[in-house]
Amino acid sequence: MTGDLYALMAEFSTPEELTAAVKAAAGNGYSKIDAYSPLPIAGLAGAMGHRRSILPLAFLLGGLVGGGGGYFMEYYAMAIYYPLNVAGRPLHSWPSFIPVTFELTVLISALTGFVFLLIALGLPKPHHPVFNSPEFERASSDRFFLSVESIDPRFSLEETRGFLLRLNPIQILEVPR
Amino acid sequence: MSDSGTSLHQAPSSAAVSPLGYPEELLAPGATYSTVSEEIASIPLWRIRSHWWWMGLAASFFLLCVLFIAVGWLFYRGVGIWGVNIPVGWGFAIVNFVWWIGIGHAGTFISAILLLLAQHWRNSINRLAEAMTIFAVVCAGMFPLLHLGRPWVFYFLFPYPDTMGLWPQFRSPLVWDAFAVSTYFTVSLLYWYLGLVPDFASLRDRAKPLALRRLYAVLALGWRGSALHWDRHQIAYALLAGLATPLVLSVHSVVSLDFAVSILPGWHSTIFPPYFVAGAIYSGFAMVLTLLLPLRSIFKLQNLITLRHLNNMACVMFVSGLLVAYGYFMEVLMGLLSDDSFEHAKTLSRLWGHDAAIYWPVLLCNVFIPQLLWSRRARTSVWMLLALSIVINLGMWLERLMIVVSSLNRDFLPSSWGSYWPTAFDWATLVGSFGLFMTLFMLFVRLAPVIAIADVRELIEQQTKSKQ
Repeated sequence: MTGDLYALMAEFSTPEELTAAVKAAAGNGYSKIDAYSPLPIAGLAGAMGHRRSILPLAFLLGGLVGGGGGYFMEYYAMAIYYPLNVAGRPLHSWPSFIPVTFELTVLISALTGFVFLLIALGLPKPHHPVFNSPEFERASSDRFFLSVESIDPRFSLEETRGFLLRLNPIQILEVPR
Repeated sequence: MSDSGTSLHQAPSSAAVSPLGYPEELLAPGATYSTVSEEIASIPLWRIRSHWWWMGLAASFFLLCVLFIAVGWLFYRGVGIWGVNIPVGWGFAIVNFVWWIGIGHAGTFISAILLLLAQHWRNSINRLAEAMTIFAVVCAGMFPLLHLGRPWVFYFLFPYPDTMGLWPQFRSPLVWDAFAVSTYFTVSLLYWYLGLVPDFASLRDRAKPLALRRLYAVLALGWRGSALHWDRHQIAYALLAGLATPLVLSVHSVVSLDFAVSILPGWHSTIFPPYFVAGAIYSGFAMVLTLLLPLRSIFKLQNLITLRHLNNMACVMFVSGLLVAYGYFMEVLMGLLSDDSFEHAKTLSRLWGHDAAIYWPVLLCNVFIPQLLWSRRARTSVWMLLALSIVINLGMWLERLMIVVSSLNRDFLPSSWGSYWPTAFDWATLVGSFGLFMTLFMLFVRLAPVIAIADVRELIEQQTKSKQ
């Protein structure tokens, strides 16, 4: 019955309606839901049961590796591999190693964080069933969508449609797979 | 300047005017999610007012060709075609480098520091300012490489396993500079692109020609705007802003160390790092205004970039200008109080000696004329701001010329004193770098949204909420 249906989608016109709808759907026991909006809505990911991101940890680790590795590289190059006596200054002249250590901390942290963000979001991913619905184009402009996917154990075409209708949406879309 | 308080929105009429005389609302009345999408996306998608764009691109491309010729001849003949010689071995190339990289700083200041400080007015101008940063750093990064006697071995600056068994000298500010500028460029580019991804998705969904849809689909990486997307995007964006913030302070500090670590009078000064950073933000805000004001008029963006934005930018520019003025004052004070006779002589030479001809125009452009910004009328007048921003840009370029040349032309021994006169190729490279910058900027205006659409939608949401 739901073989070629990806999801039922309810369309709203304000972020508040979408947040309320997400809370209602989660409260109703739906687990395979997603919300799409043209702007970030605070607390929405949490309401859908997404855990806190470990993305900050990726940034931190990248920074530690970049900074530690950068400092070690300088120490190794200047004091061990190619010791060069410049006017009797110490070979391990740490104050002059700080700028490059700092820059590498920032650089590696930013690059690691960016790569981990793409991994966490599963991007780049040019094709996704939600794009099969022409009305979904407005999700990047002025409309807010709640989708209940057909693989949800509680999904049934009639009941879910009835549930979504009670949320008072602008319209309900059937999104093909 | 904060607009986070609700008191600003108390007046029921949306055209309310604050006691300072500019509109209270950040956006003009009547803006909705779909009108801003339409208004901003129409510049790249429907190619409105394209005759202006084609004229701008033609002029920019002409200057870019000048750059190609100047650089081509430079690669063929070497740096001898420039006016540099002993004792002045650093000429226009270093002046232009410092000037361009300084300009970039305002973009990062607007996009990162103002984001962390929750200054929501930045949302209308951050995209343009970030683009300016990246293109300015491209122009800046070119000059030290051109300045190398053998530019084709520029990669000697980076640590890589070479067959000669050599490492860069990590105690040298020039190596710090290579790391600082390349990090700055990379992080700015990531930050800019991350902000652009949701907007590319907006363009993808609105573009009509298939080729354009495909282009934006690739650039948008398949962005769907799902709750998870936004949540993680916001986290990464804030963290990148946190990483970019110390870069605003560090990059020009490192650039200033190129000078301050040497022992030349006029360069060997502890105030250099903060003084350079203030100058960078000063010239950068001037450049943002120089670019923004014509763009705002040509593409009729007055609804999104209001007089309030202009006033705020003028205020930040003015404050950083006053910091620069303090730097000038301390330089003179320290020079006159110094027991170092070379330092003393250098200061006197700038005040009323050999270098006065450049010192006083610098003060005129950067300190005296900008005092007009005390007036609110000047801060909210488009023509006045445009004129002042150009004067400040010119003044900051002259300042760098003064710093670079006036410390070098008087060597410690009077027998090695000299002068510096730029050649036609020096001028051509300077003018050509404008061509590179403007060509990149023109392409940006036509291909990407000049205002961050998603960020402006957040502004609209805040305005609607505060009215309720």
